[in-house]
Amino acid sequence: MNEPAPRPTPSPPAVSVSGVWKSFDGGRVPVLADAGFTVARGEMVALWGPSGSGKSTLLHLVGGLDRPDRGEIRVLGEPINTEAARVQLRRESVGFVFQLHHLIPDLTVEDNCAVPALAAGHPGDATRSRIAELVAAVGLTHRRRHRVQDLSGGERQRVAICRALMNRPPVILADEPTGSLDEETADKVFALFRDLVQRTGTTLVLATHERRFAEACDRVLRVSHGRVLSI
Amino acid sequence: MTFLRLVRVNLRRHWVRTFIGVAGIAFGCAAMLTILSIVLGAIGMFERILDTDSQVLVFERNVSDLFFSSVPETAAAEIRGLPGVAAAHPVLFGIVSAPDHPIVTCFGVERDNPRLAQAAWLAGSRDRFGSAGEVVVGERAAAFLRVAAGDHLSLGHGEFTVGGVIRTANGFEDGGVFLPLAAAQAFFHREKIASVVAVKLADGARVAEFKEVVARRFPTLIALENREFAQGYSQFRILKLTGWAVGVCAFLLGGLGVANTMLMSVFSRIREIAILRVCGFSRAQVARLIVAEALTMAATGLVAGLALGFALLAVIEAVPQLNGYVQASVRPAVLAGIAGTALFTALAGALYPAWFATRIEPAEALRYE
Repeated sequence: MNEPAPRPTPSPPAVSVSGVWKSFDGGRVPVLADAGFTVARGEMVALWGPSGSGKSTLLHLVGGLDRPDRGEIRVLGEPINTEAARVQLRRESVGFVFQLHHLIPDLTVEDNCAVPALAAGHPGDATRSRIAELVAAVGLTHRRRHRVQDLSGGERQRVAICRALMNRPPVILADEPTGSLDEETADKVFALFRDLVQRTGTTLVLATHERRFAEACDRVLRVSHGRVLSI
Repeated sequence: MTFLRLVRVNLRRHWVRTFIGVAGIAFGCAAMLTILSIVLGAIGMFERILDTDSQVLVFERNVSDLFFSSVPETAAAEIRGLPGVAAAHPVLFGIVSAPDHPIVTCFGVERDNPRLAQAAWLAGSRDRFGSAGEVVVGERAAAFLRVAAGDHLSLGHGEFTVGGVIRTANGFEDGGVFLPLAAAQAFFHREKIASVVAVKLADGARVAEFKEVVARRFPTLIALENREFAQGYSQFRILKLTGWAVGVCAFLLGGLGVANTMLMSVFSRIREIAILRVCGFSRAQVARLIVAEALTMAATGLVAGLALGFALLAVIEAVPQLNGYVQASVRPAVLAGIAGTALFTALAGALYPAWFATRIEPAEALRYE
C-alpha cells in the first residue's frame, strides 16, 4: 500500500501580531488596543496613519525593542517573548531603518554598517565583502571611509539602509525612513530602498504617514486609535 | 570593525574625559610604586645593615625601636664566648645633628666590624679606626656634610676629625658616620651599652639552639634570625602597612575617577547604546563594552603610572638632600600588586555604569531622543 505523500507545511507568515495591547506611563497613555495583522514573506506592507497613531510602537514591538502589555507577536513563526529571543531576532531576523537614521556619528560608513555583524560575531572577511557590496549598491563606495557625521542627510539614510541589510535579515522594519529628508531626496532614497528590498525578496513593514509611499507598497494597513485596519 | 576598535573610538571621542580617568589611575599607580618602593627600599637597607656577615640579632626584648635597645657590653662579651658563636659584633645606633643637617645617623662599631672590613676605603684606612677624636664618614655623608679626610666635623656638642671616607653597598650606611664603639657610647651617654649584637654562628643550622641559650641566660634579651626580625619588627610592619594604605587610598581616588568617567560616558551615550541593542547587541555585550573601556583606561593608566613612578624614583634617588637614605626597591610582587589593584579598581568602578548600560531599554531611549 502506498503511503500518502506528506503535505507541505505552509511556512508561517513573516510577521504575525494578534491581540496586542500597549500603553505607557503605567497605563495612563494607551497606544495600542487589540492590534493585529499579518505580513506574508516577501510582502511590502505599509502601516499608514497620522503621527501618534501607534505605528512606531507597533514596529518596536515587532522588532523586539519593546514588550507588549498583552497579546502575541511572532516573527517567522517564532514567538519573541523572552530577552534571548528578542536579541536573537534583532541579530538575525530583522533590520531597522529609523526616521533619524540613528547612526553612530564617530564611526565611519563601513564601521556603522559593521555593527550588526559585530553583534552577531560574523567573521571579518565576510563582513568586509558584504559592506563593499552594500555601499556599492547605495552608491556610497567613495564615502565608505568617511565618518557619518560628515555625510548629508540622504547619504546617512542610505548608510542606515545598508546597516539594516547587513546581516541579510528576512524582515526590514522601516519607521518613516524618509521623514527627515526633502521631497526629492526622499523619493530617491525610497526608490533605492524599495528596489533593494524587492531584489532580495525581503519582507518590508513600512511605517509612514505619507500616502504616496504607502501606496507604493503591496498592501496598506491603516493604524488608527491603536487598532490596525485593512484598506 | 572589531570590538577593540569600538572601544578605542568610544574612548577617543571624549578624550579629555578619558584622559582624566587615565590620569587618576596613573597617579594612583605612581603613588603606590613610589611609596612602596621607598618604604621597602628603606626596610631593605636597614635589614642589610643588620645582617652584614651575621645570621642572628640579639637585642633588648619588647623594645619598640632598636635605637632604644640596650644590650650590656658584658652580655655581648658573654655571647661572643658562647659555644658555636663564630663572631659577635656589638653595634650602637645613635642620631645626632650636624650644622644644616638635623639628622645624621651614627654607628658605634668596633674596628673588626664586617661593615668596615667590607667597605671600600676612599680615604684613610681601617687600621687607624679608633684613633682618638676621629670618625669615619660614609661617601654620601661626606658629600652632604661637605667634609673630606682630615677635615674638622661638628656633630652635636662634639668636635671630631674625619679619619676616613668609606663607600658601602648600603645607602643608609653611606649616609652615616662611624664612631669607635667606646667613643659612641661616651658621646651618646650609653656607657657599656650596645643597641644590638650581630651574631655569626659557626654552624648556621644551629640557630634554634643558640636562641634557646640566649633566652635562658639573658631573660631581658631576645635573639632573632634576620628574616624573623624583618617580619616581626613593628616599625617595619607599620611602614609597610602605611605604604599599602596610602597606595590603596590613592587608588580609591583613581577608581572613583574611572567610575565617574564611565558613568558620564554611559549617560552621554544612552542613544548609542540603544542603537547597539537595536543592531543585536545583548545586555552582556553592552556590559562587556563598558568594562573593556574601563579596563583599557586602567591598562593605559597603569603603563603611564609605572613610567611616572620609575621616573619619580629616579629623581628622588638623585636628590642630594635625601642623603642616600632613599634606595628604592622595586619588587615583582609590588608591581603585580599595583597592576592587580589598578585593574580591580577599574573593574569595580565600571560595575555600576555597566549595569546601568544594560538596563537601557532601546525603544524608550530612542523614543525620548
